[in-house]
Amino acid sequence: MQNNLLSGLKEHENKLLTIWSQILQETGGGDGAMEEEESKEFASLFTSALAKSDVSYENSEEFEKVEDLIVGIASSRGKRGFSPRENAQYLISFKQAASQILSEIIKNPSEFYDASLKLNEILDNMTIMTFEAYMKGREDIISRQVDEISEISTPVITVWDGIVALPIIGTLDSSRTQIVMENLLQQIVDTGSSIAILDISGVPAVDSLVAQHLIKTVSATRLMGAECIISGIRPEIAQTVVHLGIDLTGILTKASLASALRTAFDMLQLQVVKRKVIG
Amino acid sequence: MERIPILKMGDFLLVTIQVDLYDQLAENLESDLINTISKYSSKGVLIDISAVSIIDSFMGRILGNIAVMSKIMDAQTVVVGMQPAVAITLVELGLSLNGVISALNVEKGMELLRSKMHTSDNEEQDYDDDNEQ
Repeated sequence: MQNNLLSGLKEHENKLLTIWSQILQETGGGDGAMEEEESKEFASLFTSALAKSDVSYENSEEFEKVEDLIVGIASSRGKRGFSPRENAQYLISFKQAASQILSEIIKNPSEFYDASLKLNEILDNMTIMTFEAYMKGREDIISRQVDEISEISTPVITVWDGIVALPIIGTLDSSRTQIVMENLLQQIVDTGSSIAILDISGVPAVDSLVAQHLIKTVSATRLMGAECIISGIRPEIAQTVVHLGIDLTGILTKASLASALRTAFDMLQLQVVKRKVIG
Repeated sequence: MERIPILKMGDFLLVTIQVDLYDQLAENLESDLINTISKYSSKGVLIDISAVSIIDSFMGRILGNIAVMSKIMDAQTVVVGMQPAVAITLVELGLSLNGVISALNVEKGMELLRSKMHTSDNEEQDYDDDNEQ
């Protein structure tokens, strides 16, 4: 019965659209042609859904389409730089426009009350969905950036034939260590390097967990048949490690990348000599 | 019954594991290998596991056992070609395979065995020193 009341909106679709865009312009939420198209599609789909669904609006196929559309519009608006407030304003203005038309076509106050209650319920639900879609769009961006950061933050550098170095910058956590370990081991296999230098001068702090991760990485490299040198141990890190009672004696540690490289040269029986100047 | 071939190369034995090991196969390999070492009085064993994608704690122990047993029989064991994923799994399992020497590939493993042979020849007289390691 209520839906029959709301179905009258379909006949006034064009008027609804005009009022809606007017309100949107007044509140300053519009951005031109693209929005006009979206609004037209939404208004048409929404009013048809109201006209067609004769039982309750929940779970009906027609409304699923409308919901999909509004989610799409919300995330696309989010990407175009609208604030969540403007996004919500978009649907609220639609509600205002629809209410205005309802008040014109339904003269009976009690019927009008029922109809607008229903309309509010439907549109409020959709407003919440736009918020969710907006948040999800943002979260997707964040998670993509996190992936990207962890991807580019573990560069494995071949410093010499048979020596690879991996400078670690930023805090080491379990998931990051996993990536570091995998990249390093893969690179060792690919290049056939027998020495890996792990430079931790960019790691702000070493706690027992980070040390545990480092020890694991070193053990894994040893299992592969390569030697692992940890370099860039700063005085504060040395202090914390000893205070925490972490045993790093089984691991080759050097103060700087340069001294680690020197050790690596020694292990490969290489020698760097200064060229004699003639004359 | 399926067996893993053990090839003799001079003083060394070469074992290439081309299939995923199951428990029985690994146990057979262990006894076969020890018998072959004693038969040829080999000085070194090279186990190539580059084709093995799964090593569980049992296999890890078998590898460790082989290394210790051959050490007692005066043969050095080198495991070569471990895949990164296998190494990570072993470390996560807490098995660092102490006593097993690793090398990246067969070439480097052979080099390592030869150098070990060389040093052990030189240090024959100070045997105590060698034992401590």
